[in-house]
Amino acid sequence: MTTPRTLFDKLWDAHVVVPETPAAPAVFYVDLHLVHEVTSPQGFTDLEARGITPRRPDLTKATLDHSTPTLPADANGELPYHKPEAKAQVERLRGNCAAHGIEIFDLGSEHRGIVHVIAPELGLTQPGMSIVCGDSHTSTHGAFGALAFGIGSSEVGYVLATQCLLQRKPRTLAITIDGPLAESVGAKDVVLHVIGHIGVNGGTGHVIEFRGSTVRAMSMEARMTLCNMAIEAGARAGLVAPDDVTFEWLSRTPRAPQGRAFDAAVKRWRALATDEGAAFDQEVHVDASRIAPAVTWGTHPGTAIGVDQRVPEPADAAEAKAQAYMGLQAGAAIAGTPVDVVFVGSCTNGRLSDLREVAGVLAGRRVHPRVRMLVVPGSEQVKREAEAEGIDRIVRAAGAEWREPGCSMCIAMNGDLVAPGQLAVSTSNRNFEGRQGPGARTLLASPLTAAASAIAGVVADPRSLAATESA
Amino acid sequence: MNAVVNLIRSRAVVLTQANIDTDRIIPARFLSTTTRSGLGQHAFADWRKHADGSVDPDFALNRPENQGRSILLAGRNFGCGSSREHAPWALTDAGLRAVVSSQVADIFRANALKNGLVPVVLDEAVVQALMQRPDDELEIDIAAGELRTPGGQRHAFALDAFARTCLLEGVDELGWLLAREADIQRYETSHRETSHVA
Repeated sequence: MTTPRTLFDKLWDAHVVVPETPAAPAVFYVDLHLVHEVTSPQGFTDLEARGITPRRPDLTKATLDHSTPTLPADANGELPYHKPEAKAQVERLRGNCAAHGIEIFDLGSEHRGIVHVIAPELGLTQPGMSIVCGDSHTSTHGAFGALAFGIGSSEVGYVLATQCLLQRKPRTLAITIDGPLAESVGAKDVVLHVIGHIGVNGGTGHVIEFRGSTVRAMSMEARMTLCNMAIEAGARAGLVAPDDVTFEWLSRTPRAPQGRAFDAAVKRWRALATDEGAAFDQEVHVDASRIAPAVTWGTHPGTAIGVDQRVPEPADAAEAKAQAYMGLQAGAAIAGTPVDVVFVGSCTNGRLSDLREVAGVLAGRRVHPRVRMLVVPGSEQVKREAEAEGIDRIVRAAGAEWREPGCSMCIAMNGDLVAPGQLAVSTSNRNFEGRQGPGARTLLASPLTAAASAIAGVVADPRSLAATESA
Repeated sequence: MNAVVNLIRSRAVVLTQANIDTDRIIPARFLSTTTRSGLGQHAFADWRKHADGSVDPDFALNRPENQGRSILLAGRNFGCGSSREHAPWALTDAGLRAVVSSQVADIFRANALKNGLVPVVLDEAVVQALMQRPDDELEIDIAAGELRTPGGQRHAFALDAFARTCLLEGVDELGWLLAREADIQRYETSHRETSHVA
């Protein structure tokens, strides 16, 4: 009888080229290498310096998302890059892809978008794969039961050159989430709650498998939100075992296996789930029914509270400093805090289901005059599908800006910035000091909470809008 | 071959804060580059300078007594956040050779080691004690795997055996991987039927 294995164990075992020893890490094979313009140029340069070319350009897919403007091209077809270096990165990646025969979802491509949104849309992301990208939110792809993690630029070069990485086997952490979610509570609230529970370093050295009835009931988009933020708990990767929800998503994608090959793949993918009796290094249980719509009060993602709660007393000097930076008072209700900017988008919450939720709140309402609201679709496909449903019109009619796809204000390196001192409610993943611009203050929240706050002009409980409606 | 790192001897620069993230180490607006060089001037940019662009003379890395120091003592969970290798590039370009903390984030640690920046993980109590004496000249001995204080204390730290060899012998990791070509080919042949990218 074989030893029961976790989903992670199966993924790991299937990608070991040379097993690890005390003296050396494992040589680990990469099935899919995703590349974007910001972290790849140095990797390509390393290959040039050695006079070598990418080993498997066919397993490498590129897109442009971090540096690209989210405003459309001008009358001359020129994109409004906010600085020449941003354009240079875009042109460098184009050049590298052209030189080496790497497929790129370029500006103008109907498939371009945030790298972690487009790969799942295309069906490039599949269960059982190993996926890497020079981007920490590569953990998103774990929602499909793929072992996916972020790497540095030197490692981008390693993968280009050898299709492999040197890796020590991480430990495993099972986070079992059970119970029904309350009204107006979604995956973002769940993951903020989880990070608050285990801490921003609670996953360090571990791969998290999200399990339990709450996770099973989630859509693929929700599971992506969950795995996306595994890195915010410090984890190497997040995983959800593939099931019928996963296969249904993949059956509608152009790059997944088709026809009989798809059926054969599903058979293989079903076997990936953690075996009965398999052991994890650590286990955490979460009661989902107790989770409320969440917002953060501090300067890291582990500072979530219910939107109906009060800012806690600082536990130490660092928390006091964070509250001072955020301009929040311990003991004060966080709801009602004036908001300057609302950002909806990013690889965390820039998918169609997120935009539908936002449109549901914005429809027939106006964004508060104090608030600048940006809605940035995660990809061209999301934008197309949203526009087909009229979401763009609802967003514009409410007084918010409807932008072109990209990372935008999440990483704030394309010119989309929160001004110094302004307070933003963002559906993105990081509320670090200055993340959305120098001096910017960020509250992380779900799309529903972000939209409700945009209408109210203050941090608002999405359930309060529902109450208004039924009253 | 990379530069050999075996002994780092320096007084320390202290940043007590926990969870110093990669956006702190180098804000995203400085990632618009296609090279690795010249990022030291942007290390901790938003701490080094006030919002109006003036230098904050009180920030640890700006203080005159800290110039030339190559060991950073930092609060727990240093380097959390993004995968940007620009973080260790900025720190090494700013003259740092080691980060001592009670926890270093995974991706940052991997990136640091590729750039000869040594992550030294010690117990929180030890790090706190070291932070009280920043003017002590510390000695980080890679081969022995210990940090020594002038007072004669020796604090052992764990360093992956391969990482240690890479530092001590200047092993070039990419060269090491390229030499595994036969193994990689064998793997690809035996896994062809489960390779799915189209």
